[in-house]
Amino acid sequence: MLKRTFVAGVAALGLAVTFASGAFAAGHDFKIVYIGKNTGNPYFDSITGGFKDACAKIGCQFEFVAPATAEATSQIPLIDAQVQKGVNVIAIAPNSPDAMNQALDAARAKGIMVLAVNGDLVGNESHRDANILPVDFTKTGPNQVELMGSLIGYKGQIAILSATTEAPDQNTWIAAMKKTLESDPKYKDMKLVATVYGDDQPEKSTTEMEGLLSNYPDLVGVIAPTTVGVAAAAQVVQQRGIADKVHVTGLGLPSEMRDFVKDGTVKAFQLWSPYNEGWLAAYFADGVINGTIKNEVGAKFDVPTLGSITIGDKNVMNTQAELTTFDAKNIDDFSF
Amino acid sequence: MTTEPMTSPSEPITPSVTDAAPARPLWQVILIRPVMMTVVLLILEPIVASIFWPQSIDLQYILSTFTLTAPLALMALVLTLVIISGEIDLSPASSMALTACVFAAVLQAGLPFPLAVVVCIGLGFVLGLFNAFLVVYLRLPSLIATIGTLTFYRGLAQVLAGDASIKFPEWYQGLNLVTVLGIPVPDLIVTLAAILLALLLSATIFGRQIYQTGTNEIAAQHAGIRTRLIKTALFVTLGVVSALAGMMFTSQLGTVRYDLGLGGELQMVLMAMLGGTYIFGGRGSILGTFLAAWLLSIMTNAMNTASWLPATQFCLLGVLLIVSIIITNFIYSRTQR
Amino acid sequence: MNALKTILLRREMGILVVIILFCLAVGIVKPRFLALDNFRTMLMLVPLIMIVAMGQMLVIIARHVDLSVGSTLGFAAMMTALMFKTAPDIPWYLGFLVAIGIGAVLGFMNGLTVIVFRLPAIIVTLGTLYLYRGLTFIASGAKQIDRQFIPGPLKAMSANAPNFWFPWILIIALAVVLITYWFANHSRLGRQIYAIGSNPVAAPLRGIPVTAVTLTVFSISGALAGLAGIMYASRWGFVNPSNTGWGFEFQVIAAVVIGGVSINGGVGSVLGVVLGVLLLGCVSSALPLLGIPGTVQSAIYGLVIIVALVIDQSVRERGIQALTTARGART
Repeated sequence: MLKRTFVAGVAALGLAVTFASGAFAAGHDFKIVYIGKNTGNPYFDSITGGFKDACAKIGCQFEFVAPATAEATSQIPLIDAQVQKGVNVIAIAPNSPDAMNQALDAARAKGIMVLAVNGDLVGNESHRDANILPVDFTKTGPNQVELMGSLIGYKGQIAILSATTEAPDQNTWIAAMKKTLESDPKYKDMKLVATVYGDDQPEKSTTEMEGLLSNYPDLVGVIAPTTVGVAAAAQVVQQRGIADKVHVTGLGLPSEMRDFVKDGTVKAFQLWSPYNEGWLAAYFADGVINGTIKNEVGAKFDVPTLGSITIGDKNVMNTQAELTTFDAKNIDDFSF
Repeated sequence: MTTEPMTSPSEPITPSVTDAAPARPLWQVILIRPVMMTVVLLILEPIVASIFWPQSIDLQYILSTFTLTAPLALMALVLTLVIISGEIDLSPASSMALTACVFAAVLQAGLPFPLAVVVCIGLGFVLGLFNAFLVVYLRLPSLIATIGTLTFYRGLAQVLAGDASIKFPEWYQGLNLVTVLGIPVPDLIVTLAAILLALLLSATIFGRQIYQTGTNEIAAQHAGIRTRLIKTALFVTLGVVSALAGMMFTSQLGTVRYDLGLGGELQMVLMAMLGGTYIFGGRGSILGTFLAAWLLSIMTNAMNTASWLPATQFCLLGVLLIVSIIITNFIYSRTQR
Repeated sequence: MNALKTILLRREMGILVVIILFCLAVGIVKPRFLALDNFRTMLMLVPLIMIVAMGQMLVIIARHVDLSVGSTLGFAAMMTALMFKTAPDIPWYLGFLVAIGIGAVLGFMNGLTVIVFRLPAIIVTLGTLYLYRGLTFIASGAKQIDRQFIPGPLKAMSANAPNFWFPWILIIALAVVLITYWFANHSRLGRQIYAIGSNPVAAPLRGIPVTAVTLTVFSISGALAGLAGIMYASRWGFVNPSNTGWGFEFQVIAAVVIGGVSINGGVGSVLGVVLGVLLLGCVSSALPLLGIPGTVQSAIYGLVIIVALVIDQSVRERGIQALTTARGART
């Protein structure tokens, strides 16, 4: 009996607190949480860094949480918990395009802003307020093809080592790569012989890479638009000592690729700055909460160190226009 | 060395009631059982949590987040019966994923809803039957056999659905939002199932026979109990229930992917163990598993609200598991049950 | 005695036949599978599993099971990597001692909990699976240890040295196999492990120090998992708190059971386990070669485990039948 009254009392208090803090009136010390895909992933440490530094400047309270595994439903309990805690902004790198619709709707019903950061809820954009992507994803594919071409003299057999078969980002890029290879005469002597999937696991990516090398003895290049894949492919090449024959490039983290660049296994690779995504997200949230930014397609606003940002179609924003290319000359300039 | 006989040979030795060991006091029988450990934890936890993380002790919050655990809890209840009978089944989570993917696929292909339900449950039946075939008839050790089937079923789900999400029609979604007296339907389903299974276990002959099968299968067989039939029935039931759990889960998510419930097998075993089920069979209770499911859900909520990283949560769960089986074993070894 | 020998030989022969048939079948479809350098590629898939499987074999023969090997591997790998990161001047080969030592301690704790509280090993190691994984996260601050912190010579052990055809980690795995073979068959402790597994009730009555042997077995399993941990760092060049060793235990147990080690204890051979690991390695390397999409691989894996179990069971039942009829015939 006592327990029940106690629980009921705390429940009432909890509900009151939840409702009160959901819609934040104005001010800079709002609570923002970033839910990563999973823990122990160095890529998200970078984005978190951007969030933290931005919040230090703005005055907001930031927290990072992530589930143990990247399966579709693993973030739902975290979303629920954060809503219960009364955060004002939920930024999330979604593990699934649609499994969280209900949870996110519940959050937005309480006045919480939902931002997708680094990935989008493809096909379910109505369940989030805005999306922050690092670059214009339609340009990533062509950029990568050009880099590969420049490394192999624009001719020869190449292959793609991707993440999971349904990863929406990778698939967008790969589709663009194929289109570029077919339509642009500059690449007419480059032939894409295979696309394999390493599931973002080092072991799987390695076996798939080995399979590529076995099946296509004339392979001269591998594009791996995923940080796990490009590191695994580079490792295989390094261990076999065939860096002159097979060129590996793709999207990689400088911290993981530094070794390979320094010993010549990988000549160059590309990425963007994940840090900037967190930075932009925090400033964006701050602007919308305080009314200085309007969350509409076509709106422009300024962010310190990033310059002018335009809100594009479907409320998507990019932190930079083109990919950054890393090679031996500039690899030491970056700390992520 | 010779001793004097206690009675002269002509007098028969008749045991009398007063010679028997004294019965344990009633309060001991009720209170000193493994399920009490779960109850104690269940009372302690909210108290601790309310001091540190008050937001987690919100009844509405607890009820609504339990809906995420409900599918696993449902399967864990039936798994308890399987464990009591002396076997184990690690495949239900994968069966759930496979049946859910098939269910979604046939619905999308235009099959009328009742027919799709039949297909889904029928598949669950078949998957459970396959497990039973491997364990009961081929006599494969159930631990390894069900590790094999868990991999196989999950793999089949992957073959069927790839990595894609299959969506469910709008009207099917939101079962967990339907509430009766303020309690979400999934929670009610689990509670109802627990009551039914508890009655089955404690008040029917079938239930008694499950205990006997788990205690000593050969002795049970000699006593005329059809142990193979019982075990087959339990595996099949678990298969069907995993299909039902899948239907419940997917209504909440609105979509399904092959990785539904990935890693759920460990959580189910955790619920059963925390509930005081004896891993070697012969002892356990539905009430224990039921309470343990709630305990786990509430604890996970508190840890998430406290923003504990999965790492710390893992440590706590691991320690809790070991401590709970120490206590369970201790109680069982000191009492006759 | 003759009948017994024939049975054992038959079991390993069974796996060998499966391997040969499988390789031939794949080779017909894809001749490159049988090429020599593909053989080396395939071999490189197995050293980690091989090492841990040796330890797991001993544990299962003793009628226990160790589900925590994946987490032990991860923890040992992480602690070693952290050591390399914070004290880069330490000679890299000390890492081996650290990894093996940490693994042995974790294994010892498993064994101790099983013995002192008389708990089933499956649940204890399920608990430590979670616990050790959690500790790995906490120790590393949930951060990955990147490539540059792993000493070069360690990573070179996995590379193809120009003079040597086999990388060092393969040689280490082979050494572990040979040592385990000698230990299991020709040492007193090894025979005691078999004894405990076949009849745990009779063993103490025969003067076998069950506690000491059990503790040793778990410590060996842990130590080998630790060794595999530093081998992981060598092979992949980084250590990640979530991925390193995650899900490993299932693969190892599958390989061991396929190799004919009975889950009821008392039966099993090093040769069988080696063949079991090789079979899984063959399957793993054949699938990408055949262009079988990743989505199908799990299903095939599960099927292989089930089929191997069924074969193993039928061989055992036929064996028991043969034994009983032989005995019957003799009387």
